[in-house]
Amino acid sequence: MSGIVDPTILNLVVFVLAVFVGYHVIWNVTPALHTPLMSVTNAISSVIIVGAILAAAPTQMDFGSILGVVAVGLASINVAGGFLVTQRMLEMFKKKQPKKEGKK
Amino acid sequence: MSANQLTLWYLLASVCFILALKGLSSPTTARRGNVFGMVGMTIAVVTTIALVARGRLDLIFIAMLVGGTIGAIIARRVQMTQMPELVAAMHSMVGMAAVLIAIAVVNNPGAFGEHDPLPAGNRLELFIGTFVGAITFSGSVIAFGKLAGLGKKFRLFSSAPVVFKGQHLLNLALAIVMIGFGLAFFLSPDKAWTPFIVMTAIAFVLGVLIIIPIGGADMPVVISMLNSYSGWAAAGIGFSLNNSMLIIAGSLVGSSGAILSYIMCKAMNRSFFSVILGGFGAAEGSAAAGGGDKTVRSGSADDAAFLMANAESVIIVPGYGLAVARAQHAVKEMANKLIEKGVNVRYAIHPVAGRMPGHMNVLLAEAEVPYDQVFEMDDINGEFGTTDVVLVLGANDVVNPLAHEKGSAIYGMPILEVAKAHTVLVNKRSMAAGYAGLDNPLFYMDKTMMVFGDAKKVVEDLVKALD
Repeated sequence: MSGIVDPTILNLVVFVLAVFVGYHVIWNVTPALHTPLMSVTNAISSVIIVGAILAAAPTQMDFGSILGVVAVGLASINVAGGFLVTQRMLEMFKKKQPKKEGKK
Repeated sequence: MSANQLTLWYLLASVCFILALKGLSSPTTARRGNVFGMVGMTIAVVTTIALVARGRLDLIFIAMLVGGTIGAIIARRVQMTQMPELVAAMHSMVGMAAVLIAIAVVNNPGAFGEHDPLPAGNRLELFIGTFVGAITFSGSVIAFGKLAGLGKKFRLFSSAPVVFKGQHLLNLALAIVMIGFGLAFFLSPDKAWTPFIVMTAIAFVLGVLIIIPIGGADMPVVISMLNSYSGWAAAGIGFSLNNSMLIIAGSLVGSSGAILSYIMCKAMNRSFFSVILGGFGAAEGSAAAGGGDKTVRSGSADDAAFLMANAESVIIVPGYGLAVARAQHAVKEMANKLIEKGVNVRYAIHPVAGRMPGHMNVLLAEAEVPYDQVFEMDDINGEFGTTDVVLVLGANDVVNPLAHEKGSAIYGMPILEVAKAHTVLVNKRSMAAGYAGLDNPLFYMDKTMMVFGDAKKVVEDLVKALD
């Protein structure tokens, strides 16, 4: 037992722990907010944009970097769309000032 | 920037993502959570751009600007009834991005700081990330089509299940062939484009085939499942790029989607596999509805309004029919009228009401229904016994008492116990059976009055009658 741990093993450690964190955090989400949960997880999974940026970055353009640019575009739609639509929905859940008295 | 600094920034972003999800545990903290999510995403993007600062950034910025603008416009314009379609469309983008990135990695591993040629271990992870991404993409496109009601133009998008003989066998065979080519890609020493491309192409086809047999009413499960897949695709790409932030974000999303699928399946009392294998409720819909010997009592909107206005407490049960008719604003207006008359009005929401998890809550929130009037099934089921009038709007199976009878197709499904209330008003368009193809004894009870018609029309009539 010596030497450096393979990065794949470290990735696996991170993965398993993250699944546990996800499991516990998600069970605490109130059912009323399941739709915003889906849209925000959508936005979060578009953190894949990080990979797309790496793919798009090389100075000599080839077909890989073009695909990367396209992927950056697709992921950006999700990042902006996901967070903003979540914001919009959550605004609706804001507690309204009770207007009942005023109406009568 | 050193690799250590980079990783620490990514760690910070990952923590932000976890906080974003944690915020959703209550409507009061949810908006702060969303801000955390945005901060995390900004950290992730800025850090990565700083990392590649010597590469060409012009195209990246243009792509981000174009994509971001499109996303912002969609987010502003989309109607709340269209949320399921939007979410499906966004899943497909994540899937496609994963596939494109994977192709770029195979093409030039050096750009990602990987060895060239790619080590076998990374090829295996890449293979997993790619096929999950491809299935997510094509599956989400089909789901989008089904949800957006494109079935009339293209049969593939039909909301009725598309089934044919040998379907499951074909899917299984394709899956095995796909894994075979994936292994060939994994084992071959060079770039191995051919197995990679064949594998990806089969995965695209498979995504279509998996989703077409699933019927319209199972959509909440499908969306949750594709949500989960899009997360696993991101995690898979994270593995092949050795990027722990991608793995963490992907796993959070993956487990979120998996839990939502589980909750949806449980609320329908269906096993996950029976949903996936699909075909449920295809032909039975019309068969069971013809119980002609039983009589139903039907009434007008005026009768219903009279009953509600004289009740002490009313519980409104909104269902799919309300979402389709976009009646949420009218319902809120009606509830206000009742509240003015001193009636205690509450809403009861079944977990599978609507077309995606939590859809009904969003529709009611859009109509400015205060969320403390809205109750989940478990919280309100005990209250029906002491309630004067229940108004069921476009819901059927979720209030069907057959769920308590052994041997019925929906036996064991948790339902809203509306039959316990003193009077039940049911709005439906016709006497047709619900999605499960079952007759509903609730409709024939003495205490039940049917109000036929489009949900929006009926509720508007109710509002008028209450004046």
